[in-house]
Amino acid sequence: MIMREYMLGNVAIARGLLEGGVQVLAGYPGTPSSEIIDTLAAIEDRDYHVEWSVNEKVAMEVAVGAAWTGVRSVVTMKHVGLNVAADPFMTLAYAGTKGGLIAIVADDPSCHSSQNEQDTRRYAQFALVPCFDPSTPQEAKDMLPYAFEFSEKFEIPVIFRPTTRISHGKSDIELGDIPVEKSAPNFEKLLDRWVMLPKNARPRHTHLLSIQQPIEDALAESPWNSLELKPNAKLGVIGAGIASVYAQEALVELGLEVSFLKIGAYPVPRKLIFELLNTVDTVLVFEELEPIVEEQVKMIAQESGLEVSVLGKTNGFVPREGELEVSAFLEALKKTFDLETEPEPLALGTAFELAPRPPSLCAGCSHRATFYSMKKVFGKDAIYPSDIGCYTLGIQSGTVETTLCMGSSISVASGLYHAGEKRPICCSIGDSTFFHSGMNSLLNAIVNKANITVTILDNRITAMTGHQPNPGVGYTATGETTVQVSLEELCKAMGAGFVSVVDPYKLEETQEAFKAAKDFEGPAVVIARQPCVISGKRAGIRRVPYVVDPEKCEGCKQCVKFGCPAIGFDEENKRAVVTALCSGCGVCAQICKFDAIQEVKR
Amino acid sequence: MNQAEQKKLDLLITGVGGQGAILASDIIGKAAVTAGLPIRAAETHGMAQRGGSVVNHIRVGNNYGSMIPKKGADLLLALEPMEAVRYLDFLKDGGIIVVNTQPIIPVTVTSGLTKYPDVSDILDFLSEKYIVKAFNADELAFEAGNRLAMNVVMVGAVSSYLPIPKETLLDSVKALVPQKTIEVNLRAFEAGRKKVEES
Repeated sequence: MIMREYMLGNVAIARGLLEGGVQVLAGYPGTPSSEIIDTLAAIEDRDYHVEWSVNEKVAMEVAVGAAWTGVRSVVTMKHVGLNVAADPFMTLAYAGTKGGLIAIVADDPSCHSSQNEQDTRRYAQFALVPCFDPSTPQEAKDMLPYAFEFSEKFEIPVIFRPTTRISHGKSDIELGDIPVEKSAPNFEKLLDRWVMLPKNARPRHTHLLSIQQPIEDALAESPWNSLELKPNAKLGVIGAGIASVYAQEALVELGLEVSFLKIGAYPVPRKLIFELLNTVDTVLVFEELEPIVEEQVKMIAQESGLEVSVLGKTNGFVPREGELEVSAFLEALKKTFDLETEPEPLALGTAFELAPRPPSLCAGCSHRATFYSMKKVFGKDAIYPSDIGCYTLGIQSGTVETTLCMGSSISVASGLYHAGEKRPICCSIGDSTFFHSGMNSLLNAIVNKANITVTILDNRITAMTGHQPNPGVGYTATGETTVQVSLEELCKAMGAGFVSVVDPYKLEETQEAFKAAKDFEGPAVVIARQPCVISGKRAGIRRVPYVVDPEKCEGCKQCVKFGCPAIGFDEENKRAVVTALCSGCGVCAQICKFDAIQEVKR
Repeated sequence: MNQAEQKKLDLLITGVGGQGAILASDIIGKAAVTAGLPIRAAETHGMAQRGGSVVNHIRVGNNYGSMIPKKGADLLLALEPMEAVRYLDFLKDGGIIVVNTQPIIPVTVTSGLTKYPDVSDILDFLSEKYIVKAFNADELAFEAGNRLAMNVVMVGAVSSYLPIPKETLLDSVKALVPQKTIEVNLRAFEAGRKKVEES
């Protein structure tokens, strides 16, 4: 009997890795990629190594070492993670691999939870490595065992690029078998492969170029690239990855007969593109993010002297930013046939006055409390560089004024200082982000004497991506106990002259520490330590919630301005209200000047 | 309408991060698989889910992508009244809206930046173009034994429109809610279903 299960795309990907016989996995959490390792780390009966590494570069190198022994390895990250891991990755393409190595790099069109919309297929092109671009969660799962084999056949790492709607889509999934036999590790000392001295790198570059055509030919024959020519069809559609199913749905709905080329693996199958171009007048290219296929199609058309119009992102038929869906394809078709496009109907949502509902820090989140104290001490005039994590939502507290990339808060703060900014500079960074790449920035700030305050928001977890462990928590991805790295000792060892650990729920104590840090000459570190309210609750932390005593409340709204979702305001009676969302942090009670917020009496 | 058409249904679930929109869609998704129907769903994860507005797409009987095209949804299940309005562009003209009337006031309102519209105004507005089934699902969940079962009340409320047998949906509820809360959730489901059937 065929087994079908309802699965999250990332769980299907995890399953595909099991079916492909993965032996070593490493990664750094990042939406939308995180649940792959979460899923595989949670399986108790496992015969593979799985870890959360401290950053993507490190994770990539762990996967490389494993693959060089001949076992199958995987590294997972989000698109911007590959920027961090690009250094090993670019040269790995030269060195190649023994065991299959898949770099799973999840793209996030529309920036649902990201700082940019970069297209990982560009990296594949850049590094000259094959790339797999699944169109559905089922295909994603099915591609992975193939990708391992392909990687081993050509001894080259491959990229596997799901997008948000694959990773966080759900679907019925038909399961395959999980192999029992796996390779034994055996590191062969192939120095001309593993030591990228110039004398070795040069011939490896030549080799890498020489396998491009065989790779393309093999992928053109693979199930992931397929051409369906319709006799007499004058329009050809090329759909890549997930965009191909959006196009197919629209075409079926319209009953439109077109020749269709589906692309799911790169380098693009030029042979198939040429065949398509030869039979149609117009080609519409539909792909998520960058016009990568489209550029290739244009080149092929030009080289072959074919008079075909190629429509897509480069000439305004398909949007180049944001994510695609069926309607975007319908719009492109209308433009292709020169049909009147109806003016965008007034969005119904705007015909009615709606209050915006942006995401915000949880009720009782310690970051809010830290930001409150920070603002009190440093004031409106100070400059607040920040970083990537839940705390970026502190933009609502007025204490997040820059966010560039992982770890940048401290280095950007240093740059602001060295530029000659006279205003106080107080930056913030989470514990996981600090371990990821903030450490280097702090070391740099210390050595180069940047007079800044560095706040480490130590909530004892990597919260935003779903509560993964980091080096500060004392356990690994699989829950095994390990060394608990002390942030304060680490900062001191790097030479920080001022390190203070505070409980952000205690406003006075925290503000005293910030004052001392502000007055300190040189980089000062304040570690605000309080577990994330979500993971804390799961770990059994219980606090007594608070209520407002309406007799004492003066309706001054100081607590409301704090911005906690558990605090509301009763307009009728002009009194603040603490709701059932209260997690008992007690910060609002310290803010209240009238002693009107008190613990619930049992 | 042929057999395959009858089994096709596009449903949008909207709400606020933390209300259990994902569990609601999982109950339907898992039941669809048991019923032998292809299913696609798209969810909000990551930064956006921290108390923000969330939207899940659920496509029963679909073999393509997980995203419902604009004006493509047959049904809108709103766990919160204002969130029923925010994603109306996805709903077919004359489509059905099942909406929980219990508002969740966003921080933008409590902090005085903006106002929360009158729930009755929202319902009047929705009723102009759509078939609306509105009731307080939080209260029904409370009566069933736990306010947190609101999402299951709403799944029950929408259940009679789904091309999935009721028993299959109930099995899915049993499989997905915490063991200790099965009884409460089954009552919640029935309460929601009854509410819509009676209306």
